[in-house]
Amino acid sequence: MAGAWQDEVFETLRRAAIRQIAYVPDAGHARLIERAHADPDMRAVVLTTEEEGVALAAGAWLGGQRAALLMQSSGVGNCVNMLSLPMSCRMPLLMLVTMRGEWGEFNPWQVPMGNATPGVLERTGVLVRRVERAEDAAETVAGAATLAFDSTVPVAVLLSQRLIGAKVWVR
Amino acid sequence: MTHDALDRRQAVATLLRDPGDLLVVAGLGAPNWDATAAGDRPLNFCLWGAMGGAAMIGLGLALAQPARRVLVLTGDGEMLMGLGALATIAVQAPPNLAVAVLDNGRYGETGSQHSHTAHGVDLAAVARGCGWRAVCTVTQAAELEGLRARLRQEPLFAVVRIAPEEAPRVMPPRDGALLHHRFRAALLGSEN
Repeated sequence: MAGAWQDEVFETLRRAAIRQIAYVPDAGHARLIERAHADPDMRAVVLTTEEEGVALAAGAWLGGQRAALLMQSSGVGNCVNMLSLPMSCRMPLLMLVTMRGEWGEFNPWQVPMGNATPGVLERTGVLVRRVERAEDAAETVAGAATLAFDSTVPVAVLLSQRLIGAKVWVR
Repeated sequence: MTHDALDRRQAVATLLRDPGDLLVVAGLGAPNWDATAAGDRPLNFCLWGAMGGAAMIGLGLALAQPARRVLVLTGDGEMLMGLGALATIAVQAPPNLAVAVLDNGRYGETGSQHSHTAHGVDLAAVARGCGWRAVCTVTQAAELEGLRARLRQEPLFAVVRIAPEEAPRVMPPRDGALLHHRFRAALLGSEN
């Protein structure tokens, strides 16, 4: 069923007591974004650039709330220096990253950052987990949320392009 | 652009006088030292980096703590690096968040190079264009008491024009984990 795993991921975020969902839109996150806006217990925050979300999540944590940050892989590059905030302050961070440029990609400009994404995250100190199959998505996000908020570390879950479904390019 | 000679240290001492339970986020560099000179306290989260992130930290905090007042105190260079935050905050419109930019038109920590505001970029106009409804620019010492009150009552974006002179450094702890944990302990209690 189309969108079923995305709904499971949203319910997982709810169960993990996420209260702020910050995002730069991606087609692969569309269902989560829609659910976040519709949920009275969630605050959906649209960003102009992904690094804003890293800072927002730090502020939420200082205030006693949990945030999740949604982006596509191109946005990881926009976050790099801001990741020094959760690293230096030993704060949690939960990022869900939809991958571009790795499978069935039509746009060559997505390839360099998509290819660099896991390495960039690991080099800045973020723990990286990856989802290839729909049936693993919710469990992986649940495990990442516990790791992030209970062990207070930054964690990124990469949602593979094959899982999301390659974007269809209509000329 | 000419700058009136508001002394930054005196201005911040006025704005942060008797902070009570005000939650303060101070941007890196001189605004951090100014806030600390006004009185180091656990409910000041003073940045040593994360340039461009101060206002967004304030937003996350304000959304998480709707019953508390949050003040972001930062510099023109730090605000310029995260201008998009002015749009993002305006969309969320939290009633309990105010941002005050100490604008000397300089990158003070790196040799006092001119910033964009020294060349005419008007941060107050940017905030208005983003949808902030309460915006002001303060240039006179006599306006500071009024600004102090407004920053604790309104979702205000304020530009405070200060003289470019540097003040002696007064520094908070630089361990981010310490700053984070003492802030949360003071706000949420030691169990959190």
